[in-house]
Amino acid sequence: MVNYNKFVLANGLRVLVHEDHTTPMACVNVLYDVGARDEDPKRTGFAHLFEHLMFGGSVNIPNYDEVLQRVGGENNAFTSNDITNYYITLPAVNLETALWLESDRMLSLAFNEQSLEVQRQVVIEEFKQRYLNQPYGDVWLKLRPLAYQQHPYRWATIGKNIEHIEQATMAEVKDFFDTFYHPSNAVLVVAGDVKFDEVQSLVDKWFADIPDRPVKKRSLPQELPQQVARRETVEADVPVDSIYIAFHGPDRHSTDYYTLDLISDILSRGNSSRLYRTLVKEQQLFAEVNAYLMGSTDTNLFVVEGKPSEGISLEVAEQALWKELERLKMELANEKELDKVKNKVESTMFFSELSVLDKAMNLAYFELLGDANAYNTEVDKYARTTTEDVRQVASSVFRTDNSSTLLYKAKRQEAHVE
Amino acid sequence: MLNRAEAPQSHDIQGISLVSPDHLVLDNGLPVYIFTSQDQPLVKAEFVFKNTFDSQTENPLLNTALSALMKEGTSRMSSAEIAEKVDYYGAFLVPDFSFDYTCYTLYTLNKYVPQVLPLLYDILVDAQFPDLELNNFKRTNRQNLQISLQKNDFVAKQMFYQTLFGNNRYGAAVTDKALSDLNRTDLAELYAQQVQPHNCTLFLSGNITSDVIREVSDYFGSKWKNSLPIGTVGHGIKLSAEYDTTLRYQERNDAVQSAIRLGRHSLKRCDKNYPALQFVNTLFGGYFGSRLMRNIREDKGYTYGIGSSAVTFAHTGMLVISTQVGTEVTTLTLQEIEKEMYLMQNELASESEIKLVKNYMLGAMLGSLESIFSHADKFKAVHLSGMDLSYYTYYTQVLHAMDAPKVRAIAQEYLRYEDMVKVVVGKMH
Repeated sequence: MVNYNKFVLANGLRVLVHEDHTTPMACVNVLYDVGARDEDPKRTGFAHLFEHLMFGGSVNIPNYDEVLQRVGGENNAFTSNDITNYYITLPAVNLETALWLESDRMLSLAFNEQSLEVQRQVVIEEFKQRYLNQPYGDVWLKLRPLAYQQHPYRWATIGKNIEHIEQATMAEVKDFFDTFYHPSNAVLVVAGDVKFDEVQSLVDKWFADIPDRPVKKRSLPQELPQQVARRETVEADVPVDSIYIAFHGPDRHSTDYYTLDLISDILSRGNSSRLYRTLVKEQQLFAEVNAYLMGSTDTNLFVVEGKPSEGISLEVAEQALWKELERLKMELANEKELDKVKNKVESTMFFSELSVLDKAMNLAYFELLGDANAYNTEVDKYARTTTEDVRQVASSVFRTDNSSTLLYKAKRQEAHVE
Repeated sequence: MLNRAEAPQSHDIQGISLVSPDHLVLDNGLPVYIFTSQDQPLVKAEFVFKNTFDSQTENPLLNTALSALMKEGTSRMSSAEIAEKVDYYGAFLVPDFSFDYTCYTLYTLNKYVPQVLPLLYDILVDAQFPDLELNNFKRTNRQNLQISLQKNDFVAKQMFYQTLFGNNRYGAAVTDKALSDLNRTDLAELYAQQVQPHNCTLFLSGNITSDVIREVSDYFGSKWKNSLPIGTVGHGIKLSAEYDTTLRYQERNDAVQSAIRLGRHSLKRCDKNYPALQFVNTLFGGYFGSRLMRNIREDKGYTYGIGSSAVTFAHTGMLVISTQVGTEVTTLTLQEIEKEMYLMQNELASESEIKLVKNYMLGAMLGSLESIFSHADKFKAVHLSGMDLSYYTYYTQVLHAMDAPKVRAIAQEYLRYEDMVKVVVGKMH
């Protein structure tokens, strides 16, 4: 159970405070309600590039990182398709420094041209390192546009291509800041060895005078129900074949979300999971296999992926994956099997409560979804799932006409006989 | 009116206060270190074994295979049954392998301790290494190796270790042949020799009640026997101080980035200069604000990240710098690294930078104590290096005493470009 108190400033900033006196540290987590889904289709990758620029100096503080390190703090940030999240961990005695830093960059950035120049280059290198310079690195650059045709989830957070990043201008940076970076579009969580009253007065001191701007109402093109199966085959210089099957699934608010998440656990969590047992260990058709739910806020993807063993064709591999999916539709899962994955959800929750930062991030994310306390009732939502739910959700999701299959084929070294 | 240009008052960072473990020795001689906190109903039991090696080959793959395969079947339970039970109780059983140690770590809720401890007991006394499982291990690892060998960073790392350490456990590369050569007889022999109470240390942390201690003693005390006499266990190593410092370059025509690794032998954790070396490493390449990051990422934009670390092993230490950079700036990056090393050796760092690194490291130390598990980790690190918790007091004293001349002196010893093994995998122009 993660306890917290909440207040809202007049400018719309939502603030949550969680006291945990078992640590001498404090965490300051600032979540902005903007992600890659909010980007202009002609400027993809922008939310993430912008995240880098948030470290390039704010209106009154030229060097964010150095100021923080000087008081013993560390920080980082991530951008997803849904959100941009910034976090600091520092000795609790220096909490005010973190609030000063975060409030100043919420007020305004320095909009430094050199920073834009350099960070563009850094992000391009990140693009190369993660997506281009390793086998299968570009899978998501191909799978997303195959599975999504309308929704902006069709591009990855890094962007569709390097050109979009290269073309970003300072005018666009300023516009993006004005649109998304203001108090009522953010959630601030302060956690750790802190006292509510002190946090409240410090937050008031540093954040209350930041002017708000109207929140741009989000209206994203929604994905239409998929009607026919989609397939794509690519050949690349990789050592072994690989297969990815993506299905559309429920959004983060749906009760079916929890059922589908448990289905991914039944299929591939732990060494006792079905796919691993059956396809890797028993039938030895795969060297590795995995199933997971993306955890997106809007309509989700459920992905089944694997690399077949040497000598096993992608056709055979694909059939074997489908056979396991069909089984979930035809047979009720064993009660004990369902208990098993629920038990894992429960213990994982306890382990994640060991980390103040994890708690802070989760409170912020659930608050954004509508209610921070939902974090505390997650386990119950999983617990309510029945074996019949599992069969129903599996039946509604694992349909060929709801699937997008990407076959990633190794270019054979042997020359083709012509 | 709020003056936003002025920083709030900052405060000195307090030292850490570490939990001293309770210590037990079980009937079979197994030392147990216990760290208790009632915060969460969780238990972590970490069994650490010193790796033993055949003195001829020092084949580390055999140890890797051992740690992976111990949980794949005993005479009472199949691999599937073990996995099923661990998962059913929401537990995590994590084998971990490093060059020097093999660890088996069990994470579980308190309420399932009686159910999961017997599984671990079986694994430690009665692993069978079925052929089927061994073949599966070979098959999946062969495929993983094929994939890894297409990653420039992996290849650079392998070349780097080989060049720096030579033919021993630290330098050995995993190959197809080494995988094929794995066999059940060697595994069973290594298991018998290595997985014994007198080659083991147990670190227990979490909500360690008297019930938990009783359960642990029941299974891992008198019931768990030493089978081979103490003294037959081989931990020795063939390690040469000589290594080749000429640039090793492997060209990859399709590369869009080059993987770069530079490094040299350095200090073990128990060396009195190790904390000072860590300080210099941090300033040079060990944190986001380091010299390497500021120059090569934040000023030039050559890379997504560059870092260095002072790694310690049981028999040696190494200083290593690694990065992946655009192929067109490979040579420029090497020049910039060389320049930064030169500056470290020839110019005094500013007081301000030294103070910053001190505070950063003190904060990081404080922040590294997240839960009772991290207290156990802190102790484990020094205990396995033959030291005790007073190390951290010494470490803090060294940090406070660092000054510019001391930094320069350490750099002059450990940051000479000409002493570095240099590996590039990718493209150079």
